Amino acid sequence: MLASLVGYLGDFDRAEEAAQEAFAIAAQRWPSAGTPPNPGAWLVTTARNRAIDRIRRERTLAQKIHLLPVPEATMDEFDEILDDAVIKDERLELIFTCCHPALALDGQVALTLRALGGLETAEIARAFLVSEETMKRRITRAKNKIRATGIPFGVPGAQVLPDRVDAVLAVLYLIFNEGYRGRVDLGAEAIRLGRVLVGLLPDQPEPLGLLALMTIHHARRRARFAGDDLVLLEDQDRTLWDAELLAEGRAALDHASGLGGRGAYVLQAAIASLQTRDEVDWARIAELYGRLAEVTGSPVVELNRAAAVALAGDPAGALAAVDRLDLDGYLYFHSTRGELLRRLGRLEEAQAAYAQALDLATTTPERRFLSRRLEDH
Amino acid sequence: MQYALMVYNDPAERDKVPPAEFEAAYAEYQALELDRRCVAAAQLQPAETATSVRVRGGRTLVTDGPFADTKEVLGGLCLIEAANLDEALEMAAAIPAARYGGVVEVWPVVPR
Repeated sequence: MLASLVGYLGDFDRAEEAAQEAFAIAAQRWPSAGTPPNPGAWLVTTARNRAIDRIRRERTLAQKIHLLPVPEATMDEFDEILDDAVIKDERLELIFTCCHPALALDGQVALTLRALGGLETAEIARAFLVSEETMKRRITRAKNKIRATGIPFGVPGAQVLPDRVDAVLAVLYLIFNEGYRGRVDLGAEAIRLGRVLVGLLPDQPEPLGLLALMTIHHARRRARFAGDDLVLLEDQDRTLWDAELLAEGRAALDHASGLGGRGAYVLQAAIASLQTRDEVDWARIAELYGRLAEVTGSPVVELNRAAAVALAGDPAGALAAVDRLDLDGYLYFHSTRGELLRRLGRLEEAQAAYAQALDLATTTPERRFLSRRLEDH
Repeated sequence: MQYALMVYNDPAERDKVPPAEFEAAYAEYQALELDRRCVAAAQLQPAETATSVRVRGGRTLVTDGPFADTKEVLGGLCLIEAANLDEALEMAAAIPAARYGGVVEVWPVVPR
């Protein structure tokens, strides 16, 4: 509903205001007059009419006191769309507007959750561990920039579409990863948005790859912790995995591969899927990480490749690869080194590496896991 | 709406551009000036020819050069009329400085 209103009004604040008014009228009227046959359409129409009334009032006022000029362009668009009775589903346009790279990344994330996720500002603030005031300012800043700088409400042209789809995927994955760090609601929200995006861009492999990646990871969420303790993949109780989500993820991955998807999200989903098999083919996973490293050029991916190489039976080769990486400030660099050193029987060095990892740990489960690793030796 | 495209060059990077490409780039700048969406355009003389003026406490202070610590220097500007930010960004991306180590800033202009 908000998407359709923003598209119509070209203004987030007006759209939100109008939507709130429409809900208020519905709450007053529906209980006695009965629910209309198409409640969604009724709400959109009512909200539009309210917004038009408001703009007309503002325009009349402006004419009277020459103080509040309503931009001419907005009014022209208005008269045009007034004739357009069709209520369109414009969520795709809304996604691209919210995830426009001209907006600050934190603004993109907040606006996407607010406009498409249906989360209240207070909930978003809680999820990102900032005050409601801060989150409100972040959203306002993003909305203001959309208006002031003329960020279009629409699907980008073919030339820039791949980059802009990447930007949307990055925002969704960021939201998902915030949820993955222990706040499950955001993970589920990111998956919901991922499904919407796949529905809107059904022929694109990378949105499918991202959806597959998120659902496969999310399917294992209950097995990742025992109480407050982090449980490694190989030790997880597979009966706790969500079979339905896992199947959805695998189906999305197959679909993406069928479309010729070889991008970063499809590769990551393929790796995640292989990791959930009864017999994990670590050599194949190491190979996929190698391809992912080529696509992303990321040292973190190289680190993961090394871990897979170790699990495929070559911890010495893996350690040599890890020691070539420059990732000193990264927790998993040190914990991976610790694990490799432990497997190679170099226990004192292993302990030093785990201690360094512990220094970098920020969440309680991470800290507990690393402390246990330290005590084991 | 109107946008100002502020074109910054990195002189060190620009000097590495081969002469043939330089001429092609110059032709691109001329094409931009002739684009009907271009309201006004100006190429600036080198930064060392610029002068800064400040008025403080009624006194006019004149100093040599622009106030800039970055390696990029303002090399030109172009006022354009575009339908929206995406169109402005597309025009900015077509400016040669953007791919020769420089940067083009896209500023919306206050409507009057």
